[in-house]
Amino acid sequence: MANPNQSLRAKKQFHLEEEHHPEGSTNLGFWLYLMSDCLIFAALFATYAVLGRNYAAGPAPADLFDLKLIAVATTILLVSSITYGVAMIRAESNAKGGTLFWLGITGLLGIAFLGLEAYEFYHLIAEGAGPQRSAFLSSFFALVGTHGLHVTFGVIWLVVLMVQVSKFGLTPENHRRLMCLSMFWHFLDLIWIGVFSVVYLMGVVA
Amino acid sequence: MTSNSSHDGVHEEHSGHRSGHGSLRSYMTGFVLSLILTAIPFWLVMGDVIESKTVTIAAVMLLGGIQMIVHMVYFLHMNSRSEGGWTMMALIFTIVILVIVLVGSLWVMYHLNTNMMPMSPEMMKNMP
Repeated sequence: MANPNQSLRAKKQFHLEEEHHPEGSTNLGFWLYLMSDCLIFAALFATYAVLGRNYAAGPAPADLFDLKLIAVATTILLVSSITYGVAMIRAESNAKGGTLFWLGITGLLGIAFLGLEAYEFYHLIAEGAGPQRSAFLSSFFALVGTHGLHVTFGVIWLVVLMVQVSKFGLTPENHRRLMCLSMFWHFLDLIWIGVFSVVYLMGVVA
Repeated sequence: MTSNSSHDGVHEEHSGHRSGHGSLRSYMTGFVLSLILTAIPFWLVMGDVIESKTVTIAAVMLLGGIQMIVHMVYFLHMNSRSEGGWTMMALIFTIVILVIVLVGSLWVMYHLNTNMMPMSPEMMKNMP
């Protein structure tokens, strides 16, 4: 493969081995990972659907959930999806500063979402509605906690990529990594739609 | 916002990847649609708009489903052409498994719960 940038990338020679994959195989591979992750969430949703009405004479969703808080968290996650989208657009036009700026905003929104979730969990546990209280709360903490864990790792990944981009610039490798995190981040927002619809809204109604 | 001139050469190389990205316009369309599709179910539940619980739940589920499709199209850029159609195949396969897992669990566990109801001695005698 003729590479006009051989001298520029000579320092990262060890990376070049990875570049011989056919075009786009990383994207497909990462998509397959997301689909398998989707099945993890399917199992957790099924668990919640089966156990979600078993309160063991404990509190029900209507007693526990603060929908205003959830509405704010949902909006934050949705806005973080669009700011990541803007970061990708900046990356395409090769604007390193702009990419880093919008990635930073996305990271802050992610941290804000996690803060709200931690606040909610803390209050539930303080009220005696921890995961050990009833089958409903066990499956609730398992499902929402797994989503929160994914967001946590997404934020860590985002910080690592910001360091990478600021050190090495928007190289093809970093571009590919940004693309993967983009899919991961939007995917988490998609899962959250299921969480707030099934767990919070339907829980409060029923 | 700074531009990075030292990577201009590198930039040409990955122009092939760009096909999967959206424009700001498509992102904003998706964002506005998502905002509306999020606001309606929250309003329905928080404002107690509909009397019937079943209708409210059905509306929440329907709007959630539509919003997931909006996310797929505008944020994840799903289409039947990307990666020669393999992403779409993987997605369809996943949805099939997902439906089996969800519907199967609910169906089995519902009937299990029904059969676990307290039984009279009469019923016990007639058990297979």
